[in-house]
Amino acid sequence: MDFNFSDEQTMVRDSVARYLADTYDFETRMKTVHGEAGWNPAVWQAFAQELGILGASFAEDHGGLGGGAVDNMVIMEEIGKALVIEPYLSTVVIGGGFLKRAGGGNADAVIPQIIGGQVVIAFAYAEPQGRYNLADLRTTARRDGSDFVINGHKAVVRDAPFATHFIVTARTGGSQRESGGVSVFLIPADAAGITRRDYPTVDGARASEVYFENVRAAADQLLGDEGGALPLVEQVVDEAIAAVCAEGAGVARRLHEGTLDYARQRKQFGRPIAEFQVLQHRMVDMFMEVEQAVSMTLMATLRLNDADRSKHVSAAKNKIARGLRFVGQGAVQIHGGIGISNELAIGHYFKRASMIESQFGDADFHLRRYESLMD
Amino acid sequence: MNLDFSPEDLAFRDEVRAFIAENYPQQLRTKSEEGEELSKEDFLSWHRALAKKGWAGIAWPKEHGGTGWTSVQKYIFGEESARADAMRLLPFGLNMVAPVIWTFGTEEQKAQHLPGILSGEVWWCQGYSEPGAGSDLASLRTKAERFTGDDGKEYYKVNGQKTWTTLAQHADWGFFLVRTDPTSKPQEGISFLLIDMKTPGITVRPIITLGGEHEVNEVWLEDVIVPVENRVFHENKGWTCAKFLLAHERTGIAGVAASKRGVEKVKAIARTELDSFGDESAPLLANPFFKRKVAELEIDLAALEFTELRTLAGEASGKGPGPESSLLKIKGTEIQQRITELALEAVGHYGAPYFRGFGEGDNEHPIGPDYAHRAAPTYFNVRKTSIYGGSNEIQRNIIAKMVLGL
Ligand SMILES: Cc1cc2nc3c(=O)[nH]c(=O)nc-3n(C[C@H](O)[C@H](O)[C@H](O)COP(=O)(O)OP(=O)(O)OC[C@H]3O[C@@H](n4cnc5c(N)ncnc54)[C@H](O)[C@@H]3O)c2cc1C
Repeated sequence: MDFNFSDEQTMVRDSVARYLADTYDFETRMKTVHGEAGWNPAVWQAFAQELGILGASFAEDHGGLGGGAVDNMVIMEEIGKALVIEPYLSTVVIGGGFLKRAGGGNADAVIPQIIGGQVVIAFAYAEPQGRYNLADLRTTARRDGSDFVINGHKAVVRDAPFATHFIVTARTGGSQRESGGVSVFLIPADAAGITRRDYPTVDGARASEVYFENVRAAADQLLGDEGGALPLVEQVVDEAIAAVCAEGAGVARRLHEGTLDYARQRKQFGRPIAEFQVLQHRMVDMFMEVEQAVSMTLMATLRLNDADRSKHVSAAKNKIARGLRFVGQGAVQIHGGIGISNELAIGHYFKRASMIESQFGDADFHLRRYESLMD
Repeated sequence: MNLDFSPEDLAFRDEVRAFIAENYPQQLRTKSEEGEELSKEDFLSWHRALAKKGWAGIAWPKEHGGTGWTSVQKYIFGEESARADAMRLLPFGLNMVAPVIWTFGTEEQKAQHLPGILSGEVWWCQGYSEPGAGSDLASLRTKAERFTGDDGKEYYKVNGQKTWTTLAQHADWGFFLVRTDPTSKPQEGISFLLIDMKTPGITVRPIITLGGEHEVNEVWLEDVIVPVENRVFHENKGWTCAKFLLAHERTGIAGVAASKRGVEKVKAIARTELDSFGDESAPLLANPFFKRKVAELEIDLAALEFTELRTLAGEASGKGPGPESSLLKIKGTEIQQRITELALEAVGHYGAPYFRGFGEGDNEHPIGPDYAHRAAPTYFNVRKTSIYGGSNEIQRNIIAKMVLGL
């Protein structure tokens, strides 16, 4: 057993942390959030070139640094701490995750472009009716000669407005919610027949409703097996959940630190409010949630290749979803009125925390999934 | 002891129900449903309609033009309003400054201010909190210096900053706590002033809150001249008015009727939304985990409702609203917050789109189902309820001290 980061991982963490501390302060982030594009391509290029982190979790054969899920964890935690909106999760963790596992020509062609910062991927999986059930798909991919023709509506596709590619789940067979019949496609974002309705999200990101109308895909755009891709989807989404947990741990860490700082400075009744024992205990409870969030993230990340992976991932997500709510609400409460102002960073950490709670399934969803997998 | 409404109460209920159905402004309903920010006119439209009927002063005594309703009638009115999704009138004039004026004010003050408050002609805001004085309100520093004007009359010159002032952007008048004696103990040097918001030297600046709303403001006062006649009660005795008012502010803060309606709405969402588990037709409300939370919420709401009814019964028999009302505030706001949590959970993915994120004049339909687009902003916004009106920590301190004698 070894919980130490490798030298490379420590280096990646330190360089990301330093870069974000120097260039990604709250005001700069908010300018990007309110800007036309909704993300900052220069930051993405810095990730690719200056920091070289987009390759951290890819194999050396593809031009990466040979790391994996732990590298994603390290980076996602820093992303959480700085509330980064650029699409590391969707592009590297999810897009990269699918490509790595699917292998073949797509992996060889696209992974180097992810590492180089030319490709941005959005994951079009959720549908209006399906909630957190990954198999609940009404989007269809019908065979037409050697091609597929895709039709359907994907909901709240994060990072879609500036993605170069979509990874799309669709039914090539089976009925809605059936585990068989699920296929995954890699589709260029400008393919004929795709329309989007773009919008901001409450936590500062951008997303779209994405509509596929007779979008053609060749057989070589399939990632994984035709009709048998649900296990692949589940695997990659579990990896994404572990990464989102890491981001959550980073967000929670900042919520807690920010609250502690504020409580030390803010005086009422002639003394810092940090001296009120009821607030102290609440901050201690928040601290314990942050520590456990870090622990559970590590646990889930290290078990991503175990046979009972899903159970552990759900355990982590449930714990972190509950922890984020507790920490986020506590942070706002201890800040008092200032906590609900949009002008301070703390409120934006709270908003992101609230969205992480339900990303890829909320506390109840993962409790139920855990329960179903428990001995 | 019984829970039955009398035939008169039932007739009253029908009358209220019919009145709301016929008179509630459609425009207000549409805007609330679509999450649009209400304009000053919107707020006032319902106030005026109720005033015309003689129902604006729900908690007012008859002699000042109030309804003089029994507590059962007030309860019925609250229930019916919530049932019809009718907004509650803003409290700052009607429920806050008015009772102070009729209890502590001069005849001139009553004559000058009460009619405008009742009719809705005059909009009031509450200028208590300051950047340095929130929970510790008595440490407020906005100062009012007394002087004799060239006309031989007495005035105060007010300087300082207030903050979190709700809807001050619309206010015609404000009631302010100011320091008139900097030398005495904190509570003893404070006076209660009524200030015309158009007086030169007042600047109102917006503070935008988490859901993107412009609901609160900073109010800056720079050499604002206020006639001494605008002081309510004695100089340096403003704290007496403030304490009295806080007790009034807390009654009704339980928000039982609105929360009942809120629970109903959550259930309606959870009947429409599908569960992630089971077949594709199972509603979320059938999910045992979600259902359990809704059931617990309903039970806690029943406990709150009957605690409030007991408190009201006590008041009717002559006890004023006591420190027990802190219990109503704490439990009431916790329930309001839980409702918004469940609503956000229920809407799933469609909690994320930000409905105010579209350009000016973009009238496209918001993303996702109608019930979803305000779930997250409301969840964020309602965090305020455990902070304002005396934070829930402060309310617990009050119970510990005043009720438990600790
Ligand atoms: C949406 C909104 C609307 C408002 N509208 C108005 C308005 O119209 N007019 C107006 O005058 N004010 C208004 N307020 C201000 C409100 O009354 C204050 O926010 C409130 O009194 C808390 O003060 P504060 O924000 O300065 O927090 P602080 O007093 O700084 O409190 C920070 C934290 O410390 C805790 N704390 C403080 N003292 C103690 C203690 N002794 N023991 C334990 N914990 C303690 C608090 O509970 C809180 O969690 C509004 C506030 C909000 C959020």
